[in-house]
Amino acid sequence: MAASAHQLRIDLTVNGTVHGIDIDPRTTLLDLLRETLDLTGTKKGCNHGQCGACTVHVNGKRVLACLTLAALCDGADVRTIEGVGTPEKLHPLQDAFIAHDGFQCGYCTSGQIMSALAALEEPWGPDDAAIKEAMSGNICRCGAYPNIVAAVQEVRKSAEGGRNA
Amino acid sequence: MNRHDTPQAPGATDPGSGPARARAAAGTRPIKGGVSKDMQHDSAIKHVTGRATYCDDIAEPAGTLHAYLGLSTRAHARIMELDFSAVQRAAGVVGVLTAADIPGVNDVSPTGRNDEPVLAEQKVEFWGQPVFAVVAETRDAARRAARLARITYEDLPHVLEPDVARAQGGPYVTPPLTLKRGTAETELLKAPHRLKGEMRVGGQDHLYLEGHIAFALPGEDDDVTVHSSTQHPTEAQHMVAHVLGVPSNAVTVNVRRMGGGFGGKETQMNLFCAVAAVAAKKWHRPVKIRPDRDDDMSATGKRHDFVIDYEVGFDDAGVICAVKADFTARCGFSSDLSGPVTDRALFHADNAYYYPNVLLNSHPMKTNTVSNTAFRGFGGPQGVMAAERIIEEIAYALGRDTFDIRKANFYGTETRNVTPYHQTVEDNIAPRIVSELEQNADYQSRRQAVLDWNAKGGVIRRGIALTPVKFGISFTATWYNQAGALLHIYTDGSIQLNHGGTEMGQGLNTKVAQVVAEELQVDIDRIKITRTTTEKVPNTSATAASSGSDLNGMAAQDAALQIKERLTDFAAEQWQTDRSNIRFIANAVQIDEETVPFADFIRQAYMARVHLSAAGFYKTPKIHWDRATGKGRPFYYYAYGAACSEVSVDTLTGEYRVERTDILHDVGRSLNPVIDKGQIEGAFVQGMGWLTTEELWWDAQGQLRTHAPSTYKIPLASDRPRIFNVALVRWSENRENTIKRSKAVGEPPFMLGISVFEALSHAVASVAEYQTCPRLDAPATPERVLMAIERLRRG
Repeated sequence: MAASAHQLRIDLTVNGTVHGIDIDPRTTLLDLLRETLDLTGTKKGCNHGQCGACTVHVNGKRVLACLTLAALCDGADVRTIEGVGTPEKLHPLQDAFIAHDGFQCGYCTSGQIMSALAALEEPWGPDDAAIKEAMSGNICRCGAYPNIVAAVQEVRKSAEGGRNA
Repeated sequence: MNRHDTPQAPGATDPGSGPARARAAAGTRPIKGGVSKDMQHDSAIKHVTGRATYCDDIAEPAGTLHAYLGLSTRAHARIMELDFSAVQRAAGVVGVLTAADIPGVNDVSPTGRNDEPVLAEQKVEFWGQPVFAVVAETRDAARRAARLARITYEDLPHVLEPDVARAQGGPYVTPPLTLKRGTAETELLKAPHRLKGEMRVGGQDHLYLEGHIAFALPGEDDDVTVHSSTQHPTEAQHMVAHVLGVPSNAVTVNVRRMGGGFGGKETQMNLFCAVAAVAAKKWHRPVKIRPDRDDDMSATGKRHDFVIDYEVGFDDAGVICAVKADFTARCGFSSDLSGPVTDRALFHADNAYYYPNVLLNSHPMKTNTVSNTAFRGFGGPQGVMAAERIIEEIAYALGRDTFDIRKANFYGTETRNVTPYHQTVEDNIAPRIVSELEQNADYQSRRQAVLDWNAKGGVIRRGIALTPVKFGISFTATWYNQAGALLHIYTDGSIQLNHGGTEMGQGLNTKVAQVVAEELQVDIDRIKITRTTTEKVPNTSATAASSGSDLNGMAAQDAALQIKERLTDFAAEQWQTDRSNIRFIANAVQIDEETVPFADFIRQAYMARVHLSAAGFYKTPKIHWDRATGKGRPFYYYAYGAACSEVSVDTLTGEYRVERTDILHDVGRSLNPVIDKGQIEGAFVQGMGWLTTEELWWDAQGQLRTHAPSTYKIPLASDRPRIFNVALVRWSENRENTIKRSKAVGEPPFMLGISVFEALSHAVASVAEYQTCPRLDAPATPERVLMAIERLRRG
């Protein structure tokens, strides 16, 4: 960040790890994650809040990290793609994205998965139209939408099955 | 799917699963990841866990500087004064680069026309043209400081629209092309029916989710290494060398993967690579450059927009007698790839239809806009749009279904099979594909239902269309149709594969690895696919023209076969047997009755001093093209497909949605059906976006006003067809000897999106009882659809 006379101390938890960081108050959560904490799984697509590639969770809700000031995340619990699953133990949604070929270039994928994870906890309806609407803030230029919707639906249905069982 | 397989680690043990298990498994089951199998993308696990490294994710060494471009704010002007005093004083600024700092040649023209400066000198020729670069300790500092420059301009007249440029007698950026067969002009006069019209087809921004980026690290002497997100590392290498004034052997360009390319990173990355490299050498520190999305969209080229003037003569049955058309393209301020792009528009102005007499001219106009460039289809889709408009014109003039006119004009197999560029179509399967889709999509009864619905005269109108695609495969610059690969087998039996193609999500690396796995009969997990680098495979072609697997798959196969040959020689000598008794079976080699696990076999071969590395090479046979005469065989083969789309249109607002799309597409004998299906779906969605919501809009001063996803709308999840059926043509195999008889898949399905455009046109036509061709221009935004409806209603 450009030199600023005013540094601000924030404390936040990212993927379970507590960080105390001095930041320029203008820093976005996205830049904090990528440039200070080296969590590069979250992508900068447009930096305008229009593409969804930077979607992360703050206190359990999905937000666009490029439009979120890091300073507002003082005391917050942040979860990024790095905190979802590991190559050895994927989250079921990550498994579903692979099984349904829900990506091509992969650049939007972190955001898609973070967005879908949150959407599954939000009050959307069960049909494809609802899932498509819930996911319409995440663009995929490769056009893998049919498969993304299929992946989300698979996880939604199995979660529903679990609840009903 | 084998999604839990971990990537193998380098080491002395068998990379598959340990020597004991490897022996047990050897030869007893088919290999994993051979050709024609569904195989997940090689980076699948990395993609879903956020661990795939893109250029911007590479850890920056201490001392890394950041460059940021300063762009012109005039469409055409002389630069009178550059004042960087405030920039230099800004916090964190290390310096400013201008054209004067370029040690070599200030030019990144990919075709050697010397018309594309890295940084503008004396004058600017479009709004958004890079004029200078600020280099600073942080990206933020560089970005803020770039705003502080004061540039004094003296305005010059500018021209933005290609038809205006042509009317003014403006210059071409590159020589035009004429394709001619028969006597179109006289046959037009003799034809029972004759029509002429104009069509405007808009451009398209690539909007790759990962924007342009380059990261240069200075080395000793002249050396520099550039990491970039480029489809064409070899050209980036040449351009950096050219701009630095050093030989190509001093420059290394690396690309592991791209976050989307679509043609936008075929030449447009050169400028960023050059700026980063010049700065890195000047300050002897690593330099990264990554523009903001707005600057990326303002400063880099897009799909060419065209104004197409056409004239067609036809008989009472709707069979075409003659076609004459002029393709006037907005090329922007420099030639870039406008020559081959406008050529390809002419090559596809026939789509799948036979023109007995034809005269086609391209007009690649210079305009004061960003220099347009490659984009999936490379001019071809614009040509196909003209063909489909001509079909519509005939259908509405005769009161027939457009589909009947399409069928009446398909290329034949034995006759009526010569293209406007005098290539004979030898592999025509369009009629069969279209006929199968007509059945599968239940076209006829659904069309009747659409007509019945519209006859009720309601506000919501429906439209349906079934359109074909025939797309020529090969670079029309014949020399680009070559590729190299480098294959190493290490003594533990692990394999490293490198080829000249680049991975941008299309699954190229996976497909090429499948080819090697098949030839050597080893599990694909044993093969490590490395980044593309000019150090390993030199003089490569762009990963473009859908040619990635065709070219690089063959080169990798060549390398694998060379090593296999040596290994067979070794085994014959070592085991004292005939070569015919040696078989490569799954993860093992069978010699007479003995089965030797692959890793053991390789170790023995090494001990016997067998060369376990090979460079493979391939060049596409049969092709030739003489541009001066407009004759030749520019394409090795054609890929085919068809799509049927049905839409609903609100005639009060022009809003619409795609109710259903059915696709049947030809990829020959698929190397990887799941990846090919993804390519087809994605290409369709992107093609639909081009023709519907994606609108580029320049103001009168020449500033692009749709320079971010906030104003430039690409399809969302909610825009995909509500019912979407995609199938591969299972019976197809390439008649030519391509890699495992597959066909290219990157570009051809893009044009399946045209079915949506044609269906919209059909719905619009309903408001005037299908008596008038709607002459819808592209993109058919809701505004355009509404205007067309109003126009037709007024009569």
